Formats: sequence, C-alpha cells, structure tokens
Amino acid sequence: MIRVELRKLLRRPRTWVSIGMLCILPLIVALLLKISGLAPRPGEGPAFLSAVLANGALFPAAALGIVLPLFLPVAVAVIAGDSIAGEAAAGTLRYLLTRPVGRTRLLVAKLGAILLFLLLAVSSVAATSYVIGVTLFGYQPVITSLSGTAITPTQLLERTVLVVLYIAWSMVGVASVALALSTFTVSSLAATLGALASLVLSQVLVSLDAAGAVSPYLPTRYWLSWVDLFRDPILWHNVQRGVVIQGVYVVLLLGVSWARFMTKDITT
Amino acid sequence: MIITESLTKHFGSTVAVDSVDLEVREGDRYGFLGPNGSGKTTTVRMLLGLVFATSGRARVMGAEVPQGLQHVLPNVGSLVEGPAAYGNLHGRLNLELLDAAGPRSSTTTRRRRIEDALERVGLSAIDRRPVRAYSLGMRQRLGIAAALLRQPSLLILDEPTNGLDPQGIREIRDLLLTMNREGTTLFVSSHLLAEVEQLCTRVGVLDAGRLVLQEDLATLTAATGRVLVRTPDVPEALTLLGRRVERVDGDRLTVAGASVSTLVPDLVAARVRVDDVREERPSLEDVVLSITSNGDDRIAGLGP
Repeated sequence: MIRVELRKLLRRPRTWVSIGMLCILPLIVALLLKISGLAPRPGEGPAFLSAVLANGALFPAAALGIVLPLFLPVAVAVIAGDSIAGEAAAGTLRYLLTRPVGRTRLLVAKLGAILLFLLLAVSSVAATSYVIGVTLFGYQPVITSLSGTAITPTQLLERTVLVVLYIAWSMVGVASVALALSTFTVSSLAATLGALASLVLSQVLVSLDAAGAVSPYLPTRYWLSWVDLFRDPILWHNVQRGVVIQGVYVVLLLGVSWARFMTKDITT
Repeated sequence: MIITESLTKHFGSTVAVDSVDLEVREGDRYGFLGPNGSGKTTTVRMLLGLVFATSGRARVMGAEVPQGLQHVLPNVGSLVEGPAAYGNLHGRLNLELLDAAGPRSSTTTRRRRIEDALERVGLSAIDRRPVRAYSLGMRQRLGIAAALLRQPSLLILDEPTNGLDPQGIREIRDLLLTMNREGTTLFVSSHLLAEVEQLCTRVGVLDAGRLVLQEDLATLTAATGRVLVRTPDVPEALTLLGRRVERVDGDRLTVAGASVSTLVPDLVAARVRVDDVREERPSLEDVVLSITSNGDDRIAGLGP
C-alpha cells in the first residue's frame, strides 16, 4: 500500500511543482545577493545570509532558513491536508477501503508518503542550494561557525544533515496537524488552511510576551533552533527541546487522526 | 450471501435506514429498489463497512460486518454512488493502483486481469488519456471494470447503468447476466424499475428507510388469472363473454376466469375478430407503486 501511495505522490505534478518552487526561491535570493553584493549585516535578516557572500558552502543552511518559516510549511500542509480529504472528495476513498485496505494501513501509508515528500523537499533544497552557493560565491575550505571558530568541511556536512533532519521533523508536526484535520473534513483546502492557521497562531503567541507562560510548549517555538547546530560546540538544549515538543504534538495528533478515521462514516 | 437483521442507521436525528432485514441468497440477481433518498446507498455503504450501523447486524458472505469484512471484501466487487478514479492518471493505471493497494492481488496475473475486465466492459481500446478526459459513460464502465478485477463472487452495484446510453445499458445488462450464470451473485440497487424488472430475479423495496417488500420477481408478476383482449368487435365479444368481462376500456376488455388457450377458440368460433390477446400480469411498477403509495405518498415527494 505504501508503494501505491508513493506512486500516486510521485505522479502528481503538484509534488514536483512545489519542490521546484522551494528550490527556486533560494536561487532568487542568491542571484540578488550576487548582483548587488549587499548581504544583510550579521545578526539581521535570515540567518547565515551575512556569511554566504564569503563562503558559498554555507548557502544550504541559509536557504533552509529562507524556506522554513513559510514556504515549506505551506507545501507540507497542502500535501498532508489533501491526503485523506482529497481521496474522500474524489470518492476514491470508498474504493480503497472496500478493496479492502484497512483504515490503519491507509493512514500509515499516507503518513509514509508525506514523510518521503518532506525528506525529498528538504534535501532538494539543501542540495540545489549547495550547488547554487558554491557556483555563485565560491567554496572556502575554512568554514567559520556562528561562534567564530573554524569547523571542517566534514563537520559542516554532518551538521547540514542534522539540520535537514531537524527541519523535516519540525515539518512532521505541521503534517500531523494537516493530516488530523484531513480526517475531519472532505475539503483539502480547509485542512490545509486550518493547519496553516494553527501555525500562524503559534507564531503570534511565540512573539507575544503575554503568552510567555505557554510559549515553551508551542509547536513553532523551537523551529529556528536549528541555527544552534552551527555553533561550536553545538548548543543542544533548544534543539533537544524542539525535538521532544514536536514529538509530543506528532503523537497526539496522529492519535487523534487515527481515532477519528477508524470511527468515521465514509459518506462521500 | 447477504443477511441483515434490524439494520438501522441514524444520522443525527434523521433515521436513514430503519430496521431493515435483507436476505440475498447465493446466485440471486437481487434488485434493491427505492426512490432517491430512501436509504439504498446508506444500506450499501453499511454492507461494505464504509458506514457503521447504529444498531442491528449484517453478514456478508458469512462474515460479520464490519469486523469480518477484511476477509471477504477481496471477493466482493462494488460500485457505490458512481465511479471514482484519479483524474490525472489513465484508466489502466487506475485499475493497477487499486489492485495493488489491497490484499490477494497476484502481480503475475494483474495485467491479464486488467485487460480481461476492460474487455468485458467494452473499454479494451482505451489509450493513455487521463481519466479526467473520459465521458460519464466511460467512467461508469471503468468503475464496473474495477469491480470485476478479481472475479468476485458477489457484486454490489449501486446504479450500475448511470450515464450509459441505451446500447451501453444493454451491454452491461448482458454482462451481468453472463456473470450471474457463471456463479456471481448480484445485488443491484436502482431507482429504475424497468431496468430491475429486466435484470433481477428477486427484489427488495425500500421506502423512507424501511424495507416494505422483499419477494421473488416471478411471484410478484405472476399471472392474475385474467386475460386482456383487444378487439374491434366489442359488442359481439360482450355478448359472448357476458359477465366474465370485468372492464371495458375502448377496444380493450379485461376477462376474468379465463386462459388465453381456452378463450381464443371461443372468440374465433363466434367470429369475434381479435387484434391482441394476452395474460394479465402486473408490472413491477404497478406492484411497487401500489405498496409504496399505500397511505404514504412520500415516493412522489422524495424524487430527485
């Protein structure tokens, strides 16, 4: 079943268009930087962008920083929000379930396809932006971490992989919200927008001092903590908290999705 | 093949299906009738485990619904409320993905089974156009092909001839009759009485969620013992037959207590010319309308 889901995912133009868009966005930023030579001052603008002019090898990190706050969540919410609601609206859900495909199996397969999409999207951004960065800004074997000390190219690769995984895991949280909503409605659009609305809410609260008491438990609170993976030594504290909190949300929301889907009357 | 006991489904405060006791026997061609909104589709959805019953029980091919369904559904082909397919993929790929999604699907026979099914529904020449470009009739045929993929022993079809032209309706009817001869039990829901009359051996009639009739078609449409005669010589016929004529309507006479084989020689001997003579049989439409209109005119009120 998971293979069937993957084939459906990979045959949808939407999948490739959204990955393409995610890759093009950093390219636009890189071109503007190259042409103007105007990098944001350190500490301002998207993380890492200030360092990119000096070393193209840091551009994957900067690119992920660019797509993370908005574009990546949108792409993920579109795919995940469509997963059950889209099948229900098209009527194909009833034929899958009477084929029969067990409801749990279907949900797991959908989740698997979403995870693959996530990894594909995040690694595509990292890979293309590495090529873009090195081509436009050149490659320096001596890499400076955010803490000012030098790290080796191997360390940089390791850390970039960690960042890819951390960001993908943060996106699994978004996917869980969209998937859970997708089991409640037959409108993919409602599920997608609902998931995005919850992220916006979380972001608003994170930046609100009055919400300080709940802020450590919000899903987007530690999204940007991947930057700590580029410090030397790595600052694990926030990254760890981020992983755990996403995990709690993921487990909770997948539980809700499962409970809802198992007992749902399929009337479309 | 299908047995339900007091099967009931509430959606909120509406009662969609109300204490229905179905009995579909092996080899039946069962016609499940009722006006739109009478609960046919909800019943079908419950039988397939898509909708969960509020109360009552159902068994399909010996399996308890819904717990045991996973074991029997591979042998059940179904079409529920119209066909559905992935619009961006072509027809063969749709069948391939559906087949690969579930259990008991041999990859070695898949290609042949798909071609067989397409052949049977008259789509063997479809190209790689996406399903989104199909006509309604082609989608319907593709939906039926999907139901046939694994030589099902039970076919549950909801409005199988929807969207087909008269030619297509006949083709599908012939296909279903052939499959029934080969051992497939048919459960066909429809609101088209004439269609069910031509296809089925047994009917169940649903009205506002209740099963108001379940009977063999032959019993329902058995001869009434009256003969219908059409003649240009009405006065002569009346003289000959006297009080046996129950009704006169223009040149048509309804004659009681007679059979065609005894009546015709009498008429001919008395030089009464005969245009047409046949046994009176109620049509399915007469039967269904008479029971569903009995103190309940909902059938007229609930139409599309």
